[in-house]
Amino acid sequence: MAQNNVDNIQDHATLFHQNEYQELFQAKKEFEGGHSPEEVARIAEWTKTWEYREKNFARTALTVNPAKACQPLGAILAAVGFEGTLPFVHGSQGCVAYFRTHFTRHFKEPFSAVSSSMTEDAAVFGGLNNMIDGLANSYNLYKPKMIALCTTCMAEVIGDDLGAFIKTSKEKGSVPEDFPVPFAHTPSFVGSHITGYDNMMKGILLNLTEGKKQATTNGKINFIPGFETYIGNLREVKRLASLMGVNYTLLADNSDYLDSPNDGEFRMYQGGTSLEDAADSINAEATVAFQAYSTTKTREYIEKEWKQTTSVSRPVGIRGTDEFLMKLSELTGQPIPKELEDERGRAVDALTDSQAWLHGKRVALYGDPDLVIGLVQFLLEVGAEPVHIVVTNSNDVFEQELQAILDTSPFGSTAKIWGGKDLWHMRSLLFTEPVDLLIGNSYGKYLWRDTHTPFVRIGYPIFDRHHLHRYATFGYQGAINLLNWIVNTLLDELDRNTIVSAKTDISYDLIR
Amino acid sequence: MTPPEDTLETTTVDKKALIKGVLEVYPDKAKKKREKHLNVYEEGKSDCGVKSNIKSVPGSMTTRGCAYAGSKGVVWGPIKDMIHISHGPVGCGYYSWSGRRNYYIGTTGIDTFGTMQFTSDFQERDIVFGGDKKLAKLITELEELFPLNRGISIQSECPIGLIGDDIEAVAKKATKETGKTVVPVRCEGFRGVSQSLGHHIANDSIRDWVFPQADKKKKELGVEGTPYDVAIIGDYNIGGDAWSSRILLEEIGLRVVAQWSGDGTLNEMMLTPTVKLNLVHCYRSMNYISRHMEETYGIPWLEYNFFGPTKIAESLREIATKFDETIQQKAEEVIAKYQAQCDAVTEKYRPRLEGKTVALMVGGLRPRHVVPAFYDLGMKLIGTGYEFGHNDDYKRTTHYIENGTLIYDDVSAFEFEQFVKELKPDLIASGIKEKYVFQKMALPFRQMHSWDYSGPYHGYDGFAIFARDMDLALNSPTWSLIGTPWKK
Repeated sequence: MAQNNVDNIQDHATLFHQNEYQELFQAKKEFEGGHSPEEVARIAEWTKTWEYREKNFARTALTVNPAKACQPLGAILAAVGFEGTLPFVHGSQGCVAYFRTHFTRHFKEPFSAVSSSMTEDAAVFGGLNNMIDGLANSYNLYKPKMIALCTTCMAEVIGDDLGAFIKTSKEKGSVPEDFPVPFAHTPSFVGSHITGYDNMMKGILLNLTEGKKQATTNGKINFIPGFETYIGNLREVKRLASLMGVNYTLLADNSDYLDSPNDGEFRMYQGGTSLEDAADSINAEATVAFQAYSTTKTREYIEKEWKQTTSVSRPVGIRGTDEFLMKLSELTGQPIPKELEDERGRAVDALTDSQAWLHGKRVALYGDPDLVIGLVQFLLEVGAEPVHIVVTNSNDVFEQELQAILDTSPFGSTAKIWGGKDLWHMRSLLFTEPVDLLIGNSYGKYLWRDTHTPFVRIGYPIFDRHHLHRYATFGYQGAINLLNWIVNTLLDELDRNTIVSAKTDISYDLIR
Repeated sequence: MTPPEDTLETTTVDKKALIKGVLEVYPDKAKKKREKHLNVYEEGKSDCGVKSNIKSVPGSMTTRGCAYAGSKGVVWGPIKDMIHISHGPVGCGYYSWSGRRNYYIGTTGIDTFGTMQFTSDFQERDIVFGGDKKLAKLITELEELFPLNRGISIQSECPIGLIGDDIEAVAKKATKETGKTVVPVRCEGFRGVSQSLGHHIANDSIRDWVFPQADKKKKELGVEGTPYDVAIIGDYNIGGDAWSSRILLEEIGLRVVAQWSGDGTLNEMMLTPTVKLNLVHCYRSMNYISRHMEETYGIPWLEYNFFGPTKIAESLREIATKFDETIQQKAEEVIAKYQAQCDAVTEKYRPRLEGKTVALMVGGLRPRHVVPAFYDLGMKLIGTGYEFGHNDDYKRTTHYIENGTLIYDDVSAFEFEQFVKELKPDLIASGIKEKYVFQKMALPFRQMHSWDYSGPYHGYDGFAIFARDMDLALNSPTWSLIGTPWKK
């Protein structure tokens, strides 16, 4: 019997390795109709070849293991950064169950959002009644200060008109006339989750700032994080701005929502940027976004409609943080304090201490465009060489920007940007042109298993490691975090590869 | 954080008053709808007194998913040697990628494909011009890059049914060209009221696209029948559940020919019409195909419950009655063999869990099936409900619960939170979307869909893990850290 020791109960991780289960697996094969082990091994080897790689890269219709999600996921992440805001997704209800599950698995926090639960009849007649009822119900049950509306592809395909529907719903008394219901059309067959973030952010700002333009500025700087899943980054940006004495509005601040204290009470709405501050953002001195490709339309709107200057600054690595602080200083006239100079010095010191282990290391990475740019900035600073860069939700402007960054450094010369490719392409790349390190989200663990490339988890989602999202990758502190994750993964790998007694452990060094 | 003494004494009247109070917040139209889904079980009644399998109230924050989730996520996804295409935009496949812990043995990407995501990643042009050509091309690319796949299923996402694509025609043509099983599944997310219709649609697609081929190929499948052949139906092998069940069935002398669908293969599905008995664990998601096999092939089916030693023994005995005395004899031997293991588990854990109360809210079979496992540990159920149950589930539930149990069908986040605040269960057993809501309220919680990344929970081996996990949740030392000492 497998559970023969009640003080050491075996779960799936060990239970099935016992003989009785191994025999069961073997016997089950009789019915499975599987291929011979030789054939499986032959095909497995073939998938590692250049020949397979060429076939793999020739596909045009099939996507396998993409590193992108769809628009409404980004939209609702933007929404929960605002005070008392309930995301409302108009369309079929399963999508919302998926979004909530996805965020909850990553953040290990509650994530509240509602659906208008459209079914076949709504597919025929449109979803107006679902919205009328849905707004009334969610308003009464969850008592939000704002409901931020976006769409699933069902509502988009049948062509529901959100603006008109909201107007009708208000006329029918679902929510008060002056209750804010910003909206964004977020079709999942256009762009990705970062597009949805952009659309929702623009929709919310458009709604809240209407008629709020003053003759003078409020002296503040707006920050827009973009599809940011590192709560530590939001807190780091706030800390840096405070140290600089900069008055800011974070559009929007979902850090408390996605990392709330456990004090024995559940609050559906936690923190967030107040609707008043958000409304007043139209009067700020300038807007700084920390991501470009999840804020493109929002920045265009701000420039055009608010007549406000916008810029993109990614405070990743030493130079990225330098640029951000200098930008803040330039915008506000505030000097960069000695405290931050010291922090910078400590981070540079740490980078120098570890650089020998990073120099010339070949790196493959994938993720959202802005995440990848930040990581490349950092890798080039420490003398690592980005080699394979896969960005499923890529675009031409991004690829030009990234190429220009790679061109600034001799360490960038071996890099190739693979726009629109997926993680099955990455698998071929890793087999045919191996690297020393892979950086990506949790799904990279399958590549780690198949190719044995040492793997650092940076990105979204991270489901299989705890608490990484609580750390910062921004700022000088964030540079130390990135360094810590990367260099210590390489050192762990070195230990793993030199751990056999009397064989490889000559290099199992105590001091590294 | 312990409940007040009188929690268990909360009367039916009190609970009805609680329901009434919770409903007050709804607008009238929604209140009328929701009041039919909430009730208190009264002993002797034939069901739980609630309506079910009805559209969710818009804006209520239902926990329900969609037909695609029921088909791709639940029924089809675990068939490991087939490739399941998430046909449509990228999101559905992305969110359901590796989400359900359907364990399997195989070389992923070569002869098995369970933890991969295959999608047609629809763009605007596919919506405008239709996706059939892309789908056909995609299938030829699959064949080239994954030659050891045994078949393909096309899992429709919402747009497919709205733009009028003919995936059946594509599937037929692809079957002809590849000689493999290609199954079109019309599980668009807007169909029906929950994932439940997706289960049904998926079952029907097996009936219509797999079994006809199985009937033709019967002799080629290469397995001679025996009088002891059975299939496990409706076990998705979460954390290895089907394996810790299979081992018991094999120990009593039965031959498990197929697992539906955890760690299952196309060949196993095709072999199933030859079995003597279908053993159904998740009735909700696979009763349809069981009934079909009964009508068409004359195969009887039997529901069983492998949660907790009481039900396991009962089920083994009942299964054995369908076979001869040798099986019945072996069933007794197996029950006796595991007695010491079960006793050790209950001796250790029952004193730590005795009298603790549980509120359940899950899908499928678990809102009733896991109840006896809690009873085996001395725990009490104070409320239960289904995400997407039907009336037959609520009827079956009456055999499992006590008078005065609170029943909530398709419970909204608001209702669940209010019920829990009022009834103060010691443990909530529900899903990932609920987990952190209640943990923030300082309430112990276990996920009952994914076994909270543990498991298996089925069978005797699983019960030990179940007991360990309930204990570690309830008796976690971190609960005592909540709240500052200077404000207590």
